[in-house]
Amino acid sequence: MLGVLALGAAACGSDDSSGGGGALTMAIVAPSASDDLAFSQSMVDSVNALERDITLQVTDGTFIVEDAAAAIRGYAEDGVDVIVAHGTQFGASLAEIAPDFPDTTFIWGTATDTQGLDNVFAYAPAADEGGYVNGVVAAAISETGVIGVVGPVEAGDAVAYINGFVTAAEAGGATVNVTYTGSFGDVALAAEAAEAHLANNADVLTGTAQMVVGAVGVASDAGVPWFGTQSNQTSLDPNLVVASQVYHWEFILEEMLELRDNGTKGGQAFEINLANGGLIIEFNDGFDLSDDVKAAAEAAIEGIKDGSIDTGA
Amino acid sequence: MFNKLLGGLVPFLAALVAFAFGAIMLVALGANPLEGLEAIFDGSVGSGERIAATAVKATPLILVGAGITIAFRTNVVNIGGESQIIGGALLSTIVALGFPGLPAFILVPLVIIAGAIGGGILGAIPGALKAYASVNEILSTIMLNLMMVQFMNYLLRGPLIDPYELEAGTRIPQTERLSDNAALPTIIEGTRFHLGVLIAVAAAIVAYIILWRTPVGFRLRAVGHSPKAARAAGINVKRNITLALAISGSLAGIAGAILVFGSEGQRMVTDGSAAGFTSSAGFNGIVAALFGGLHPLWTIPSAFLFGALLTGATQLQRVLQVPSSLAVALNGIIVIFVISSSRVRSWLQTTLGNTNLFGEEEEEEEEEAEEEEVEEEAST
Amino acid sequence: MSDFFTSSVLVATFASAIRLATPYLLASLGETIGQRSGVLNLGVDGVMLLSAFFSYWTVLETGNLWLAVVVALAVGIIMGVLYGVITVFFEATQGISGIGIFIFGLGFSDLMFRQQVGTPKPVQRLPSVEIPALADIPYIGEPLFQRSLLTYLAFALVPLTFLLLNKTTFGLNIRSVGENPQAADSLGVSVERTRFAAIMIGNSLAGLAGAALVLQLGIFQPNLTQGMGFIAVALVYFGAWRPLGVMGGALLYGLVNATVLQWKSLGIIPVSISDLAGMAPAIVTIGALILLARRVNAPSALTKPFSRH
Repeated sequence: MLGVLALGAAACGSDDSSGGGGALTMAIVAPSASDDLAFSQSMVDSVNALERDITLQVTDGTFIVEDAAAAIRGYAEDGVDVIVAHGTQFGASLAEIAPDFPDTTFIWGTATDTQGLDNVFAYAPAADEGGYVNGVVAAAISETGVIGVVGPVEAGDAVAYINGFVTAAEAGGATVNVTYTGSFGDVALAAEAAEAHLANNADVLTGTAQMVVGAVGVASDAGVPWFGTQSNQTSLDPNLVVASQVYHWEFILEEMLELRDNGTKGGQAFEINLANGGLIIEFNDGFDLSDDVKAAAEAAIEGIKDGSIDTGA
Repeated sequence: MFNKLLGGLVPFLAALVAFAFGAIMLVALGANPLEGLEAIFDGSVGSGERIAATAVKATPLILVGAGITIAFRTNVVNIGGESQIIGGALLSTIVALGFPGLPAFILVPLVIIAGAIGGGILGAIPGALKAYASVNEILSTIMLNLMMVQFMNYLLRGPLIDPYELEAGTRIPQTERLSDNAALPTIIEGTRFHLGVLIAVAAAIVAYIILWRTPVGFRLRAVGHSPKAARAAGINVKRNITLALAISGSLAGIAGAILVFGSEGQRMVTDGSAAGFTSSAGFNGIVAALFGGLHPLWTIPSAFLFGALLTGATQLQRVLQVPSSLAVALNGIIVIFVISSSRVRSWLQTTLGNTNLFGEEEEEEEEEAEEEEVEEEAST
Repeated sequence: MSDFFTSSVLVATFASAIRLATPYLLASLGETIGQRSGVLNLGVDGVMLLSAFFSYWTVLETGNLWLAVVVALAVGIIMGVLYGVITVFFEATQGISGIGIFIFGLGFSDLMFRQQVGTPKPVQRLPSVEIPALADIPYIGEPLFQRSLLTYLAFALVPLTFLLLNKTTFGLNIRSVGENPQAADSLGVSVERTRFAAIMIGNSLAGLAGAALVLQLGIFQPNLTQGMGFIAVALVYFGAWRPLGVMGGALLYGLVNATVLQWKSLGIIPVSISDLAGMAPAIVTIGALILLARRVNAPSALTKPFSRH
């Protein structure tokens, strides 16, 4: 719901008075819909949450790299100050575009290095951390001890999330079955993948990517708890979603923008994680967790923050 | 002459009607259709670079479209374009990975040829399956489209993946940056206009020559005209259908190679989805061919127009906040209108032409003469 | 592997296969009727996407599942009229006009979804209706007789389609118009009207297929079908234009998909070849066809427009 409100506010123009740097024009180029309750939405929500005077334009649904490149280049030609290339696959194109526009700051993710370009910032989520916490809780609430994971393809933050999740859940004594459906968009396949897990006695489910709404539907029907990632997925089933690892990019975005204000247009890589507040595990108040489980989750979060827990990433 | 004029006019009018629909859709979305048109113009031909980008976008459409016209003249509809593009791209990528050191003047033609072979194989398979296993080509091309996407994903995420991706753990399905020696040279500095565009145009011209100036093309057209007559004249219908699919496939395969070696990043990359690499060029090429009256030469300007629609759509989305799927829907409407217009055209031609004001008889005689030619040649 | 051969897992896989097969079966039966009359419709996927979106939107706004099914049917009928006009009246080249409808359906459903809905919002799903005594049959009872009404409809349509095509005058007309329209015409059968009717039926079923897909999942996403309509067309060829064969194809396709997912869940298919495994349904379908190796003939007039010359 936060996401919808933020988008609504943005639609009416800038909301907050500048609480820190100066006014900026920004653009986001994203591979999927900006309200997909997943990856793309997380970035749009985060930019809207920045406390600056920002004029934002969004081009979403550009999963074809050449089209995204055209959009990025188009924004750069229009003189947009900061362009967010929200897709790992856009990196190669960015390497060609960024040098042509030295005064523009490009922000690229999910990525861990800036390809040596000094006007490119890189960002990545330590998705394994949230995966780990979710895994701890999942193992704790599972009664059959079998948990099902529906993933798209073995890539990017999906695999990081799932690996963290599996590490924690298995440490908690559960058996975790992971299915990669092979597609980001095939909702029907994701639904049946979830059904297959349920047939194998799974009583807790999780997954990632846009197609996951199919799996959530199956979870809803079967009354099985769900753990989400990338954005807050409570709206998909307010009774059964336990928690979501939500990406809050605004913390590092603000850092990047401040660097830009002070003359550094890029060249650094950032990570959002539990420690710096970029990753937040948002629990659904509508789902009851026992105090023990909550304590275990807190312990996991603290353990990851202070480095004592290895998420197996 | 009048007939030819009418022939060109009616599809054009049909497209205009389709555009009117598009304007209505824009209004319904709360956008100004004139601004929309401006955005499409600006995005596609608004600057030298953009025109070049549009030409680059049109390149796969020209190639696929030319292939479709060859297939069509043999009376086969090739809907396997997606698989053929992927096949050509994969083979050319593998060649580049295998021989990175070869000098450019060898490597560039080599990868293009590899693309042609890769696509040709994917075109020949349905043909062979039909000839030797009675598997209908619509079934096999549809299945091949699906299979090749999965196969591409497997290769790009597995054996062919960029080693850097493995290290970084991000694992996007892309190859490493391919040898610069294979890169299609830029023809016009400062723009994206590369050799691929010229290759595509040349291929379309070659397709035209094959169809109308060679015995091979003649036999293809004979089969398309009347399989019975062709068979009676000793032409192997099945082999020619397979050949048409193979040629059509090779052209699509070349498009695949150009998509890789003309790209900014100089690598083969996808996002895992069905259209992630091809951006549906296999289907859009059909549209381009259609709008070009299913004639290889006319496919060139037609593909350029569709390329313009596609590049313009991105601008449309950026400027008017209208989803680019509007352009997709518009494409569909244009196809429907134009393909329906051929009947309108012939109706108009018969009704108006009956008055014989414009030498329609001549036209008919020409056509009859051509048909006789076909029969004569067939009997030798 | 032994995990797979437990009764509960096998039963669940079978149930999954039936669920997956339903939309394919509906669309494919419709296409069969159309093709028997000599009309190829490659736009099935587009029709499915349009009907899926509009029926989803209906449930979202009204909460009424029945109304949603009616809406889907209506979309199918409208598209049927459109395709009928294009094909019969304008005699457009069928392969290409179908692709046009597909492209339009893809773009328009995407556009409408983004404009009118945006964020994925789940809606209620089709309820499973249990058939009392039959559902208790061990092993096959649950997968077969605890499904949604649309699934029952889909399977009921198999014998109904057979009867229609082979035991009614209308069916005879359809077949003759598809085999030899000139002869049919000279015997007084209206080729145009018969084909138009066949197209209407075909597209209506495609509309129902879209509803079956979206209402089973309870959510819509752009390009929800992911090529399902094309596969449905392919299945017609697989089934040799016979309803029973088409059903076999749909079940085979659903079964392979369901099995692959189950094996992935059980770890029988390791993640490393996950993508290759995705090719399985297509390979199995073609492989089955090659093995069956029968020479089947398409309706002779398939894709040829009819004009009285």
